[in-house]
Amino acid sequence: MSAVDHASPRREIRERFGFLRRSYAMLVKEFIQLKRDRVSFAMIVMLPVMQLMLFGYAINTTPRHLPSAVLLQEDSDLARSILKALENTAYFRFLYEVHDVDDFDNLLKSGKVLFGVEIPRGFERAVRRGDRPALLVAADATDPVAASAALGSLGMVVQTALKHDLYIGDPPEMPFEIRAHARYNPAAVSSLNIVPGLVGTILTMTMLIFTALSVTREVERGTMESLLSMPIKPVEVMLGKIIPYVLVGFVQAFLIISIGVGLFGVPVLGNLVLLALLSTLFITTNLSIGYTISTLVQNQLQAMQMSMMFFLPSILLSGFMFPFAGMPAWAQYLGEGLPLTHYLRIVRAIMLKGATMQNLHFDTLALAALMLLAMTIAVTRFRRTLD
Amino acid sequence: MSGGNGIAIDVKGLTKSFGGREVVHDLSMQVKRGSIYGFLGPNGSGKTTTIRILCGLLTPDSGEGTCLGYDIRRDAEKIKRQVGYMTQRFSLYQDLSVRENLEFVARLYGVTDARGAARDMIRRLGLSGREEQLAGELSGGWKQRLALGACTLPNPQLLLLDEPTAGVDPKARRDFWNEIHALAAEGLTVLVSTHYMDEAERCHEIAYIAYGYLLAHGTVEEVIAKSALTTYTVTGEGLNELGTALSGKPGIDMVAPFGTSLHVSGRDVPALEASIAPWREKGGLHWQKSQPSLEDVFIELMGRSKDNFQ
Repeated sequence: MSAVDHASPRREIRERFGFLRRSYAMLVKEFIQLKRDRVSFAMIVMLPVMQLMLFGYAINTTPRHLPSAVLLQEDSDLARSILKALENTAYFRFLYEVHDVDDFDNLLKSGKVLFGVEIPRGFERAVRRGDRPALLVAADATDPVAASAALGSLGMVVQTALKHDLYIGDPPEMPFEIRAHARYNPAAVSSLNIVPGLVGTILTMTMLIFTALSVTREVERGTMESLLSMPIKPVEVMLGKIIPYVLVGFVQAFLIISIGVGLFGVPVLGNLVLLALLSTLFITTNLSIGYTISTLVQNQLQAMQMSMMFFLPSILLSGFMFPFAGMPAWAQYLGEGLPLTHYLRIVRAIMLKGATMQNLHFDTLALAALMLLAMTIAVTRFRRTLD
Repeated sequence: MSGGNGIAIDVKGLTKSFGGREVVHDLSMQVKRGSIYGFLGPNGSGKTTTIRILCGLLTPDSGEGTCLGYDIRRDAEKIKRQVGYMTQRFSLYQDLSVRENLEFVARLYGVTDARGAARDMIRRLGLSGREEQLAGELSGGWKQRLALGACTLPNPQLLLLDEPTAGVDPKARRDFWNEIHALAAEGLTVLVSTHYMDEAERCHEIAYIAYGYLLAHGTVEEVIAKSALTTYTVTGEGLNELGTALSGKPGIDMVAPFGTSLHVSGRDVPALEASIAPWREKGGLHWQKSQPSLEDVFIELMGRSKDNFQ
């Protein structure tokens, strides 16, 4: 009130370097705001460091220890030593031993293994007779990168390994024939792998952003205050914000798959209804995660940054860009926590392998669990008051 | 329900701090059903915080009470159904039309015929012909009418209005107050915060709050009487110099210019009269002993509370 009484001495106003002065004023203001926004500030440091550490160690384009199964129709010493030899190449890790062709097919179809070795009945006797029997190696070629290195080295590696074997002397040539069979994508066409993957990647990005901004937008526009003063519960707010986008996501999924089928010639071998149902589950899971981000952050910038922080590992650790089986165990565990990992298995299995629900229990349950977890966090984190 | 005893708001000892700073201090108040209760005080005095506590948007650190008979701590959800809260900042959806905003509110409160209720409210607000206009494109006065319409639409028993007329032109302000009186006549209780003294005088009862303390309450007449302030209104030449000269003299608690006149007030009448005596004898000035206005009382209260609490 009494400011007039103690009028400060008039300051000189300089016109020179006006551009620089004003830019500087703006720069100072931005720095102050950045400093106040602790979360953004932390992310500036955390984002590059974390991501570099994560991906630098996790990504491996010539994967080893690929999960494999063996269909053992004869339990001979030779069969055992071939398997040992394969495992010694470090490309294969035998997780399952089955005796039934259907079990063998299902393991490949569900994506539990990437390779299957079939040792036919009477194999050892045929070898000793010099009949050159066939050893079938079936590879899941929906991801050609993962399969190719292991397949390429197969013949050589096995032969070298067997040289030291007691049961076969030093044959001039392979005593049996290795018949490699690149299943589901025999020509290793990468669009067959990429297009189903893109369905998941694009949906992750768009769905996340839609809901990641939804709560912060209400807060920033001031509408949250009156929304909170009305009789509505956190679950109701969440569902109201998620459901419209399920429809949007569904339209997007339909578009991408149609283009994939129409332009890239990607087949849909499995059931379309199943694909639609599981895609809807995946869409809802991503929307829930986006919504959770929205309840955790304070402004739209933080929401965008956190979405990115979720999106990048989704691309790199889910098996979209690089073979999942090639990552170290810890990275695979991380990957299992990403909905895209499970959806990629689902969408590749349904489109390229003609998989049915029976093959996809695990990934479907994983998606549902991630969705419920995100929703629970969102509902408990949602602030019902302005405290 | 405490409908029987006729009290809509009854709270005791409300205290609320933010980051170690106490914004509301030991506040107690009672508001009768069907009355218009004015909430006055400078910016940052705790008015908005108090209103938010009453409608369950904030939890008080201590204190207790009831709002429409419901416990403010435990029954926030029940209170929300019966209370219409109009926020200080326009908080309807700017990117929804007038009709869509009203229908949204109606549906949230479970009004059975949301479309019909919205239509009736548009008619009542005089917004017919604008129902499809986006709320963000309305002028300030219309926005405020729409906001009032949105909080009265679910038939609340209590309206909490946080500075509803800030930045609105006088005509719209008058219409707004006529509407509030009409609503009170229908039995609604209205708690309204404001800066405007003329609005305070339109309230049945007022409370003055500064720095989190409730300093005075009652009818306008009671508040003025309780202040025990004596005011002289001076007109004439050289009022600026007079004001500067009188400030801080013994017995003079407040000197405030009002247009072409100067109000000189104090509680200690003999000291006040002694201090102004030398100027009363001078020519060119006209002195008149008068009732202090509500504004005099509040400015004096604010000055005094500043000394005490800051």
